[in-house]
Amino acid sequence: MSRRGTTAPAAVELRAIDKRFGSVHANRNVSLSVPAGTVHAIVGENGAGKSTLMRILYGYYRADAGEIHVGGAARQIRSTQDAIRAGIEMVHQHFMLVDTFTVLENVMLGAEHGALLKRGARRARAELTRLASEYGLRVDLEATVGELPVGVQQRIEILKALYRGAQVLILDEPTGVLTPQETELLFRVLKALRGRGVTVLLITHKLGEVMAISDEVSVMRDGRIVARRHTATTTEEELAELMVGRKVLLRVDKGPARPGATVLRVEGVSVRDRRGAERVRDVSFELRAGEIVGVAGVAGNGQTELLEALAGMLPVASGRIELLDTIIDQSAPRSPRELRRLGLAHVPEDRLRTGLVPQFDAADAAVLGYQGERAYGHLLLDRRALVADCLAMMTAFDVRPIDPLLSVSSFSGGNQQKLVLAREMHRAPRLLLVGQPTRGVDIGAIEYIHNRLIAMRDSGGAVLLVSVELDEIMSLSDRIMVMSGGCIVGEVPASEATERQLGMLMAGISSARTESAQIGTAH
Amino acid sequence: MTSSPATVPRWVPATLVPLANILLAFALSAVVIVLIGESPWQALKLLVLGAFGNSEAVGYTLYYATNLIFTGLAVAVAFHAGLFNIGGEGQAYIGGLGVGLVCLALDDTLPGIVLIPLCVLSGALFGAAWAIVPAYLQATRGSHIVITTIMFNFIASALMVYLLVNVLIDPGQMSPETREFRASAALPYVHELLRAAGVPLATSPLNLAFVLALLCCGGVWFVLWRTRLGYAIRTVGFNPSAAIYAGIDPARTVILAMSISGALAGLVGVNEILGVQRRLLLDFVAGYGFTGIAVSLMGRNHPLGIILAALLFGALFQGGAELSFEMPTITREMVVVIQGLTILFCGALEFMTRPYVENLYRRLAS
Repeated sequence: MSRRGTTAPAAVELRAIDKRFGSVHANRNVSLSVPAGTVHAIVGENGAGKSTLMRILYGYYRADAGEIHVGGAARQIRSTQDAIRAGIEMVHQHFMLVDTFTVLENVMLGAEHGALLKRGARRARAELTRLASEYGLRVDLEATVGELPVGVQQRIEILKALYRGAQVLILDEPTGVLTPQETELLFRVLKALRGRGVTVLLITHKLGEVMAISDEVSVMRDGRIVARRHTATTTEEELAELMVGRKVLLRVDKGPARPGATVLRVEGVSVRDRRGAERVRDVSFELRAGEIVGVAGVAGNGQTELLEALAGMLPVASGRIELLDTIIDQSAPRSPRELRRLGLAHVPEDRLRTGLVPQFDAADAAVLGYQGERAYGHLLLDRRALVADCLAMMTAFDVRPIDPLLSVSSFSGGNQQKLVLAREMHRAPRLLLVGQPTRGVDIGAIEYIHNRLIAMRDSGGAVLLVSVELDEIMSLSDRIMVMSGGCIVGEVPASEATERQLGMLMAGISSARTESAQIGTAH
Repeated sequence: MTSSPATVPRWVPATLVPLANILLAFALSAVVIVLIGESPWQALKLLVLGAFGNSEAVGYTLYYATNLIFTGLAVAVAFHAGLFNIGGEGQAYIGGLGVGLVCLALDDTLPGIVLIPLCVLSGALFGAAWAIVPAYLQATRGSHIVITTIMFNFIASALMVYLLVNVLIDPGQMSPETREFRASAALPYVHELLRAAGVPLATSPLNLAFVLALLCCGGVWFVLWRTRLGYAIRTVGFNPSAAIYAGIDPARTVILAMSISGALAGLVGVNEILGVQRRLLLDFVAGYGFTGIAVSLMGRNHPLGIILAALLFGALFQGGAELSFEMPTITREMVVVIQGLTILFCGALEFMTRPYVENLYRRLAS
């Protein structure tokens, strides 16, 4: 596309970068040269070293060996300040914005130009207006950042980077929190940036997006760059295979569902979070044995609270839940322990903050929630029973290494997740609540986890699946519900669902049929 | 993979790092001793001999360690529930009150074999009660337990002064103390028991409370790592939202953990009041509650580590007293400086030497 001739120096060149963290060799002799004005995607599994490489470029870490060249000249990048001075900016997965500041104040942060704000503010306003019109990054400069949707917050991060004169923009998993429409808008902005000579480095694990936006793609595995391809000449399948090092099935193989009796009936349920804000509003649905119902939605639209209320972690503010023959409502709340006894299992969205205790050994963690069971002893906890059960779970779910005495934090994200799934699926529950089952999990483990969920459905279990990964929802679910603003705004059979239709529901556009509605200005 | 050992075994940070910290503290103390013109070698010799040189010295060292084991365990149990119990001082004080009240009320009527267990129970209950109020406030109202337990230390102190001056004082006496307990209400001294068994031992305040302290160490280990309650305490301490997820009630667990913590601190009263003083008096806790924090930190909140740390601090107390006695230029305050340096390096700067020790280990091991 707008690639320059081979004589022009690369915008960024990393030469023989090497980095170790203790015993972990995160980057091994990595060299990467990215031409100016291109979008370069870096893909790889968790722990492949892509984030480390970008953090070295952005000055978070210092490489043990190797050189960084920016615009043809060698640069010492010892801190993020050095990186910013060299024209390198990074937009993080978690935004670095002050929620109570306005957009303008956030952009000025760190570039106030003097002790009094007035002059700097005038300058920033003029420059931002110019940037906004040039790149189509329209934002209300006076709005308070905390009140804006995440898609807009991300736009502010990009504006901030451009305001500080970014020539190289690093984006770390930028689409994780966006609706498909917001993603589309982001890509439009990235294309505009590329057209004006800005170089974009994109860390992602979504291969579809790599194909949609990048000019070239580098694949990392075990700290090395194992392949570099022109996007036009590769396929998703090839990239997945390069990432994992073996053939991967991207589509989930599953037969038609055979739904049985109703397991869960939710009627007009509202839920307030711990601060008292209503997060789930008048939600009703049914879930039957032998089916997977997916709940799609942008993170933070009530899915978390819905799951927690169903699992007994949050009280139901109004309405009622029927789990098999048991009625749960405001006057008859059930604790997570009672619900487990009724046949409910829960894989929480955030496994490290909720589903596991990182400091525990695997054996202790493998009974979390079931610690009261008689099988583990009467007054005392029977360690031998714990270890034996943990071993059985680890074998059944291929958790590696098989060592019940190892602390939870020493397992990789995928193996931690498999341990949680093993614990929750071990007792063949009637109803399984699953939140973000593959967040931060390697492709190989994703495949495995998906197959286990399908197997559970086929053996007559009911599964409620909450995920922000639309691909995952679409490939696993039999029916898909979409949540927006705490309400269920639509339900679609998975066989008829399209990404576009779900995306519009997620964005809160009530009727999926009004396709002419302004997609770009959703939010 | 690489040739150097990938991970450092767990015993390295657990043993070599505290050792390095102690050596650093002693090295710095040596510098201070040189500055005031004394020989650090001589001072070290006096300190060690003063703490372990004869059976009397050992007796004193173990007697101090007894108090520190109780308060160290108290801090550790609370810590495992994610709480910082600064109130060991007050809980120990009130625990002593519990011991004393039972003695004063019943030492005329009950034989020692019944009275002493009753006293132990009462000391633990009083200590627990003093810890439950801040725990309840923390669990239900979110009042920060560091603040409330500190305030409860002051309340305990004021309450004891009031009681001893106005209520419990032995009539016709100047100092605010109760009457002495009858002989039945005394925990036997270790030297008495061993002499009766034919082992001659110098007189020291070491009494059977030391055995109680060791039993408590075993008990704390068992409760924390082998019971459901301990599982709940550790879950709440590490990860409160995982506790809610697992159906564990954090408020109830916090209150239970703090009552165990307070009960352990209250047992200081058994050692001091029942074992040594044999009457109720002011200020017998003398800072053990606070030193217990350092003991627990240095012992990594593990009963075994707490025994070792309590021994170290007991030796510093006892050896330090001997040192200032033998070397007049090294005053009582100088000894406090040495103790302070030990606390600084082992507690506050606990992790400072860790990377160096681990690197050294890696280099030596490869």
